[in-house]
Amino acid sequence: MIDIKEAIETNRMIEEENLDVRTITLGINLLDCADRDLKTCCQNIFNKITTVAKDLVKTGEEIEKKYGIPIVNKRISITPISLVGANCCKETKDYVKIAKVLDLAAKVVGVNFIGGYSAICSKGMTKSDELLIRSIPEALAVTEKVCSSVNVGSTKTGINMDAVRLMGEIIKEAAEYTKDRDCIGCAKLVVFCNAPDDNPFMAGAFHGVSEADAVINVGVSGPGVVKTALEAVRGESFEVLCETIKKTAFKITRVGQLVAKEASAKLNIPFGIIDLSLAPTPAIGDSVADILCEIGLEYAGAPGTTAALALLNDQVKKGGVMASSYVGGLSGAFIPVSEDQGMINAVEAGALTLEKLEAMTCVCSVGLDMIAVPGDVSAATLSGIIADEAAIGMINQKTTAVRLIPVVGKTVGDTVEFGGLLGYAPIMDVNRFDCSNFVNRTGRIPAPIHSFKN
Amino acid sequence: MTKYVITVVGRDTVGIIAKVCTFLAEEEVNVLDISQTIVNGYFNMMMIVDAQKIDSFNEFQDRLLKVGEEIGCIIHCQHEDIFNMMHRI
Repeated sequence: MIDIKEAIETNRMIEEENLDVRTITLGINLLDCADRDLKTCCQNIFNKITTVAKDLVKTGEEIEKKYGIPIVNKRISITPISLVGANCCKETKDYVKIAKVLDLAAKVVGVNFIGGYSAICSKGMTKSDELLIRSIPEALAVTEKVCSSVNVGSTKTGINMDAVRLMGEIIKEAAEYTKDRDCIGCAKLVVFCNAPDDNPFMAGAFHGVSEADAVINVGVSGPGVVKTALEAVRGESFEVLCETIKKTAFKITRVGQLVAKEASAKLNIPFGIIDLSLAPTPAIGDSVADILCEIGLEYAGAPGTTAALALLNDQVKKGGVMASSYVGGLSGAFIPVSEDQGMINAVEAGALTLEKLEAMTCVCSVGLDMIAVPGDVSAATLSGIIADEAAIGMINQKTTAVRLIPVVGKTVGDTVEFGGLLGYAPIMDVNRFDCSNFVNRTGRIPAPIHSFKN
Repeated sequence: MTKYVITVVGRDTVGIIAKVCTFLAEEEVNVLDISQTIVNGYFNMMMIVDAQKIDSFNEFQDRLLKVGEEIGCIIHCQHEDIFNMMHRI
């Protein structure tokens, strides 16, 4: 029988510590929508999304009520569009048309975002991949809900430096296209290494080709819950610290598992994975940086930060895996800057630099995320940063990503406001020493020796 | 049996339990277990109920919230599985 203390604890987590299910993401395969004719392809895509996802938002709201747990986002991920549009898109504007259809479909079914305006070119770029990539700046400027990602490397294939070089230019262009809106286009664009097929989190979600026709993936959150649990064990040993994080992660993930199973049953769509992440929001008390401070740092970025984050990431996974039958996606602690008030404070205090963030990405769940940089940073410098992140992912067999926003007309000391879950960010300084001779080499960086495991 | 957990939090006054129980009786909701405690000076009550006879859970929840407003308490009604999942292996 349920104990009153347990009931109070659960409801305190929800009401005071921002426990929520961050997203139910419905993955939809669009490969069967491909056609030689662009118009038919667009029609097929619209029909499929609005049919498969028609009950997604309603079902999410029902589950919210039944269990009293907020489900903040309902989202859709789709097959990378460079595959779906390969046959009918001859120019970049053809891809932009598909982007508009995706945006419309997302609005019709009422989801918050649709991810998968993507290209997977970790080894080489097809013509279609390149066309799609070149269409990204315009596509993100003329749509609201569409999110885009490009995978430029993997442990198995090495790093496609041609794609890395191109993405530096594309990020600059995306910023230029949306300069009247604080360069919001770049906030919807992620460059990955080792991108997972089943990630439910935006902006990098897409429905990989290894997936079934439709699948439900759920992302959980709850940094505030971990922070509060750690307040009770201040000054205790690492053993106690780790046990506390593990137990809390277990509880958070179990809620995600419950919601995922229920959504899967109600929608009659198979359950894929739980992404057991600590995903911060700009809300006070919903911060991963605050957990690092609670572990014992004055600010995120102080010496010890990488170790504290490594410990946190690992314990979240250890507690989470036992709570769910299938885990996947990005799973771990996210360290975005603009979406985490504690991170913003650390940057403003001068405690956290881009280089320290890069070190932290070796042990966190993803990479350099939602970082605003001066608008005059060169495309080559952005490509250099992407290459560094991709190398960390490739060598460490983990997912890494870059979501940088070169804010046009702004520089260090300014801030930029994205609004909502995307938050605001102080512009961070970037190392300006030139790397263009490195970036301008063509071809790819070979896969590392430890990728040959056959 | 469809078990729901009703939690009531508010300032301790006369008649909270009576009011909630009367409402549940009118709705034909059977109370299986009641426990209560005081946390930080606030009255906390938890009831486990069988809500099998309820047609529309949404409407029932809205009526229950209204009862809460009348007695100055915050009332939640959640399916028991969220607590079972979180606190039981």
